[in-house]
Amino acid sequence: MDELLVRALAAGGGLALVAGPFGCFVVWRRMAYFGDALAHGALLGLVAATAFGIEPSLGVVVVAVGAALGLARLERQRRLGTDTLLGIFAHGALAIGLVALSLMETVRIDLMGWLFGDVLAVRWLDVATIWLGGAGMLAALAALWPTLVAMTVDEDLARVEGRPVAAARLGLMLLVALVVAVAMKIVGILLVTALLVIPAAAARPFARTPEQMAAGAMAAGVVAVAAGMAASWRLDTPTGPSIVVAAVALFAFSQSFRRNT
Amino acid sequence: MTALLTLDGVSLAFADNPVLVEVGLSVAAGRIVTVVGPNGAGKSTLLKVALGLLPADRGRVERAPGVTVGYVPQRLVVPPTLPLSVRRFLSMAGSAGLEVALERVGAGHVLGRQVQRLSGGELQRVMLARALLRRPQLLVLDEPVGGVDMAGQAELYDLIAALAREEGCGVLLVSHDLHLVMAATDEVVCLNRHVCCAGHPEAVSRHPEYLALFGPRVAASLAVYTHAHDHAHLADGTVAAPPHRHGPECSHG
Repeated sequence: MDELLVRALAAGGGLALVAGPFGCFVVWRRMAYFGDALAHGALLGLVAATAFGIEPSLGVVVVAVGAALGLARLERQRRLGTDTLLGIFAHGALAIGLVALSLMETVRIDLMGWLFGDVLAVRWLDVATIWLGGAGMLAALAALWPTLVAMTVDEDLARVEGRPVAAARLGLMLLVALVVAVAMKIVGILLVTALLVIPAAAARPFARTPEQMAAGAMAAGVVAVAAGMAASWRLDTPTGPSIVVAAVALFAFSQSFRRNT
Repeated sequence: MTALLTLDGVSLAFADNPVLVEVGLSVAAGRIVTVVGPNGAGKSTLLKVALGLLPADRGRVERAPGVTVGYVPQRLVVPPTLPLSVRRFLSMAGSAGLEVALERVGAGHVLGRQVQRLSGGELQRVMLARALLRRPQLLVLDEPVGGVDMAGQAELYDLIAALAREEGCGVLLVSHDLHLVMAATDEVVCLNRHVCCAGHPEAVSRHPEYLALFGPRVAASLAVYTHAHDHAHLADGTVAAPPHRHGPECSHG
């Protein structure tokens, strides 16, 4: 097999394994718009990093984490709904990023590559980052797992039972921000949330416990990545969208099964 | 006896609307304290303050150090996207004795079901089972029998009373259904943002503040229940022959 394809599969597969369990929480806790907002805002980090001549991915991570912290604070005020705040942030940051990009005549960024992902540009360093960083993120999620599941069921109950609810909530937001930052490179800013949400949704009908759904989402994600990349290879279609199309097809297939009761 | 939970002069306002005003109560081991009051009286808020889920603006909230609390919230809304079997739900509170806990609350048959598919009464029983699995020293129950059928309500209150009497569990509970609660409870706190009156159920049910709050009809039906007078006394105190009307089930002469 071509080394390019092996590298792309290694990166995409690793990403799908990480995205699965996080995607479940995005679905359970209705964080899809939060993920979207982080991805959109990340363009700002990309532009800034390029302008200052530092590694673009670093700028993306810094902005995503900063945005997660800021949004966690803003959520506590009650004047505007969270969805409104996220909308303002997401599109504001995306627009500022695009305007700033147009003003920087000397800088060239592969905008299409960032918006829709460019798996062919993946280096072995990126693959290593995904697998090592992903393992770290999954380990952190595993540590927070009991608290996060308990507070998804009922936050008051989790607090009475002495679980560190506030820390877990912040931890999840930061980890999702990191997953989004890492996933952007593969599927692109506009499709990042799809990789989180769709495999998890596809796994829902087959699961009786949160853990089964997380495992199912990992499997569905890997299948979608493999199928999408294969199709992209043969049909010469863009890789990120092809992966998402494959995931949507899996989801549609899964919905023909009756929900487990 | 030392108190497991003490509230003293607790006040709380939401956006300048006082919800609790100078509320005080105390729950000791083996005692059942019941909070009654109309809608909007601040009953659920009081429980949340007692549990430390809401901070009080003023006053003192003290739980005994290291006390294990079992809590049954008024409602539990599990997102439909979260697959959650009753077994998994219970396992969050303890890994052993899930079946026993469910049997105790009369819901042994639902262990394999999904939480979202339970009826209101079944869910209420499952939540109580989860609270019991923690082997609590203090039980805080917000309308624990909501949605449970009449026979089941009596069973659950018997269970709660047994937990207090036999296992020395302190119980703080909120209830609308005064009838069933009165029989088992040690102290009633009648709440309408402030404590209108508090004390032994019989005394509270005759208290003018209580009568004013619930109206004479509710209060009267309650008094009849707590002292179910199905007979008359003669002048010397002996029981008169009851004016009995035979029903279809009667087997006596």
